[in-house]
Amino acid sequence: MIRFNQVNKRYPGGYQALKNVSFEIAKGEMVFITGHSGAGKSTLLKLIAAIERPNLGSVIVNNQNVGVLKERALPYLRRNLGIIFQDHKLLFDRNVFDNIMLPLQICGFEYRESHKRVRAALDKVGLLKREKSNPIELSGGEQQRLCIARAIVNRPTILLADEPTGNLDAEYAHEIMSIFDSFHQVGVTLLISTHDESVLRNTKVRVLALRQGELLPTVPAAGSRQA
Amino acid sequence: MRHALAQIAGVLHRMFSSKLAGSLNILVIGIALSLPAGMYAMLQNAQGLVAQLSGSPQISLFLHMDAKADDVDKLRRQLEQYPTISRTEFITRDQALEQLKESTGLSDVVGGLKQNPLPDAFIVYPKQREVTALEELRKELAKIPAVEFAQLDSAWAYKLEALLNFGRVAVLILAGLLSIALIAITFNTIRLQILTQREEIEVARLIGATNGFIRRPFLYFGAIQGLLGGIMAWLIISTSMLLLNWQLETLAHLYASQFSLRLLSIGDSLTLLLFSMYLGWLGAWLSVARHLSQIEPR
Repeated sequence: MIRFNQVNKRYPGGYQALKNVSFEIAKGEMVFITGHSGAGKSTLLKLIAAIERPNLGSVIVNNQNVGVLKERALPYLRRNLGIIFQDHKLLFDRNVFDNIMLPLQICGFEYRESHKRVRAALDKVGLLKREKSNPIELSGGEQQRLCIARAIVNRPTILLADEPTGNLDAEYAHEIMSIFDSFHQVGVTLLISTHDESVLRNTKVRVLALRQGELLPTVPAAGSRQA
Repeated sequence: MRHALAQIAGVLHRMFSSKLAGSLNILVIGIALSLPAGMYAMLQNAQGLVAQLSGSPQISLFLHMDAKADDVDKLRRQLEQYPTISRTEFITRDQALEQLKESTGLSDVVGGLKQNPLPDAFIVYPKQREVTALEELRKELAKIPAVEFAQLDSAWAYKLEALLNFGRVAVLILAGLLSIALIAITFNTIRLQILTQREEIEVARLIGATNGFIRRPFLYFGAIQGLLGGIMAWLIISTSMLLLNWQLETLAHLYASQFSLRLLSIGDSLTLLLFSMYLGWLGAWLSVARHLSQIEPR
């Protein structure tokens, strides 16, 4: 589903964010990307959504080399991805409902169908009662869930989450993780970046560990490390 | 379709979320458009007035003093063959002298003449009214051997026509300049909007919006603002015309005339609205093309 071949990413100015990164993620897998801030986690996710392009190597998503995708084709790639941004990127000039409506408007969903889908997504993240609120009234955890609802509303096959539990306390973080688990159950491919390895303790999932832009040798499932 | 309507509704909502700024823009566009369009309406009226006052144009053909009845008949037949002439009228030199006596009050002077100094004459009524065509015809008729002199009456109409042409060019220049101003106003409004909606554009790009989707609301905005500006201009012109007519009625009455200004015709009104809408759209399009590419998601 997602394959990185010898990917190098250097930002203008010379900062090398990723060095020779290669890995493959199968359909329906849930994978965590760990590493300190600056290790290249966000860059890796941005390469998948073609928000950044690699300098060397190829990034293959759904059999498409997204590194060389034409500008015109980008929207259609991104419609297949659900992205949960580190800084949420919520729009504060509209209420919760309309924030989630945006991806459906972009894809041109029929009016009634899109209403149904928005409610379903809100229900999934437990924000159904807040649909009329402005995102600014929501707590950090609720904003994060809103962001998740927006990412899943057009039912993408791949979900990318950049530090979804970044500023949340343990209880909220646990809640968010269980939402991701439920997507994993229904076959969505998930890539979740985190610097907080504590969220991995109770899960047995594959981990891609980055250090200064390099992928460390494959770590066995985090759960087994505890033993 | 429903999404397009929703987008337009969103655009209108945005336009009037700041009532003052939105209305001011429309007012400025309206005033800018009403100047050339109003002048155009005045010119149309002036042209109507000229046509009304100058009546049907005539060309007088004066024959040689020694013209015989044969020559006159021949000329008459010749003139009948011109497709551009609607009818002719023959005035003998005696009739002409009579008319001169009657109309000018110079009967004493005329009576003192030993012989009639006037030649026979044809008065030609051409079909067209356009000055250049009339002048062409006059030149052609002057070349006929039996004709000594051909004179186009209502030369003053010619001068006025020239003046109107001058006015038309002035209107065109003014319209051109103010159109550019209108485009600039829209360009700038849209630029500010793009800046304030930067986040929304960025997010939309990130979740798969095509450029068309992002561009559309701005283009709608430009077109709608242009259209409302056009309507404002129409209202300004119509109100001014009504006010002027009110005064003109008294004035025309004093001159025993029934002249009044006509409002813009339906065709002209539609042209005004479509043109202003197009200019708004164009300004928005230019602005979007210039500024959207600068917003790249990070």
